[in-house]
Amino acid sequence: MRIIKDKQIVEDNWHFVADDTELPVGDITVSTARWRRDKPVLLKREGNIGLRIDSTEAVEDIAEDLPYFRLIELNFSTFTDGRSFTQASLLRSRFKFSGELRAVGNFMVDQIFYLSRTGVNAFALKNSDQLPVALANLYDFSVAYQASATG
Amino acid sequence: MYQYNQQDQTLIEERVAQFRGQTERFLKGEIDDDQFRALRLMNGLYIQTHAPMLRIAGPYGLLSSRQIRKLAHIARTYDKGYCHFTTRQNIQFNWPKLEQVPDILGELASVQMHAIQTSGNCMRNTTSDPLAGICKDEIEDPRPYCEIIRQWTILHPEFAYLPRKFKIAVSGASHDRAATQFHDIGLHLVKNADGEIGFKVFVGGGLGRTPVIGQVIRPFLEKKHLLSYLEAIVRIYNLFGRRDNKYKARIKILVKEAGLDTIREQVEKEWRLIKDYLELDSERIEAITAQFAPPDYDPDAANDQSFSQSLEQNPDFATWAKHNTVEHRIPGYRAAFISLKARDLPPGDVTESQLDLIADLADRFSFGEVRSTHRQNLILSDVRQQDLFSLWQQLVSAHLATPNIGTATDIICCPGLDFCSLANAASIGIAQGINAALDDLDYLYDLGDIKINISGCMNGCAHQSVGHIGILGVDKKGEQWYQLTLGGSSENEAAIGERLGPAIPKDQVTKVITHILGVYIEQRREDESFLQTVNRTGITPFKERVYAHH
Ligand code: SF4
Repeated sequence: MRIIKDKQIVEDNWHFVADDTELPVGDITVSTARWRRDKPVLLKREGNIGLRIDSTEAVEDIAEDLPYFRLIELNFSTFTDGRSFTQASLLRSRFKFSGELRAVGNFMVDQIFYLSRTGVNAFALKNSDQLPVALANLYDFSVAYQASATG
Repeated sequence: MYQYNQQDQTLIEERVAQFRGQTERFLKGEIDDDQFRALRLMNGLYIQTHAPMLRIAGPYGLLSSRQIRKLAHIARTYDKGYCHFTTRQNIQFNWPKLEQVPDILGELASVQMHAIQTSGNCMRNTTSDPLAGICKDEIEDPRPYCEIIRQWTILHPEFAYLPRKFKIAVSGASHDRAATQFHDIGLHLVKNADGEIGFKVFVGGGLGRTPVIGQVIRPFLEKKHLLSYLEAIVRIYNLFGRRDNKYKARIKILVKEAGLDTIREQVEKEWRLIKDYLELDSERIEAITAQFAPPDYDPDAANDQSFSQSLEQNPDFATWAKHNTVEHRIPGYRAAFISLKARDLPPGDVTESQLDLIADLADRFSFGEVRSTHRQNLILSDVRQQDLFSLWQQLVSAHLATPNIGTATDIICCPGLDFCSLANAASIGIAQGINAALDDLDYLYDLGDIKINISGCMNGCAHQSVGHIGILGVDKKGEQWYQLTLGGSSENEAAIGERLGPAIPKDQVTKVITHILGVYIEQRREDESFLQTVNRTGITPFKERVYAHH
């Protein structure tokens, strides 16, 4: 699947694995519930591990485990749920997460600029036709009144 | 007033380009209705009963003559020749065409104006005291802080999708003219025991369906922590405000449900973690404050003799000067209200030719600045007393000198059924009915300070719950009825009006209002105001009179 990462359209091979599904090979993300449940198993397997967090979850609860994750997916249930923006901001500026921070789910391409300012650096769109628009939207503004979460 | 620098200008121009692109993609079917709705609202664009409505930000109510002329131009070119001033010091156009909105925003950008975040679930235009910088009871001019807050709120990436709208008001005077206790955050400039000036911070106030008086979350906040404290509050709200029910989503409900102490604890904890990163340095405050430096006042203004002569010779002028001008901290100057409450125009409406004239008068008499007020009037804030007579003559000729500021016909009124798709009932017609019934000026002045607020539905855009007399349109089986409240106030002694009794039908409203005013005249002691009388007697005598007739 093609996604936007670091201002480029790239091929991506990460997979989200649902809680009740067997673990495949390769790079995967799991829910926080599964992470807590299967942590030893997840750490033993080959391949990178990432976490998918919902907007309702408190990022401070996973702060200690952040070094394990190469990728954190912020899962939008609906584009109006702005909690993910704060999660991103906290992960970057307070918890110094330096891996990939990716928006997934029902966000909209017109939120990409704001998301990038809060520290999100990758975007998995539902509709790949929108990749060019999304990429362009990253450059909507050349100025801002607020500091970026990534400094 | 604040002048944009290159960064400010670039930002609003890029915003216009962004919205132009979004509108084009929407019209091509590439953005769905729900998504475009969120995007257009954050650019001030509603879809209303008849046409879209565009709300433009009047930053803390301050406008230049050039901006006023631009509003006149937009009214002529893109609308039906008029616009409307709101209770939050914003400006609304009722008839723009969707396809033309990006052009209108482009026109606005050319005079340092925008419609950013005038609607939607985001941080809105910051409002303030319309007499800021000129009133005698001021601790410090709030406008520089309003501008600092304006910049911080604009396109704040973390807080564009809040649970619900979020409004901030700042007052710098001992008399609260900005309804700060009815905002999500209210800020009062105060002096602490050491003589240092900072902010008293209120949180969780609001009007609408569930009116709540804001509570003090912090009695004193150092200026340098202004933005970090705001950021902490909004962050806590963004994370914990309810998103399951839009009627329970404002911060007032969060504060109510969690309790002020819990919210305070969360906010202070968050604040301690960010306060060192988000400090406002004193150079920044000084640089912005310098932009609000007082104009070049005429040192001879107080020596003028003509003003008192004009007052003696012309009783109509004297009446206007008494009711529509207020004192100024500089001797020889006064602030002149431009009443947008003429009998035959909807409250807060102003035509393009009136706007052009107002811009000219501002240039001639008031350093090129105009202010809009919470009660939907305009102010020329710095007029020499010797110029008031000429100003008045000009205003009279344009129907802008109705001498009714602060009286019962200076009504706050929302667009109601005439324009708003959410309305249950008309509000403009009710205001006009009351206005017509109170056409005897002597009687009107005898009634004194009475604030009547009329909203067409529960959303309460005209703040009826804090009107001395509040009138709320309700729907009863498809008919327009009105619920009355008495005793509300949005000023220092903040209070929510008490319900008078069952709703009354539309054709009775004017009569009922005259009965209420009649009871006041009978009951008042000496120079007691309407509000003081209601507070003393309670609503019973009013209730008895009103419902005895039904
Ligand atoms: S109070 Fe109701 S009717 Fe009036 S403008 Fe607001 S939403 Fe519309």
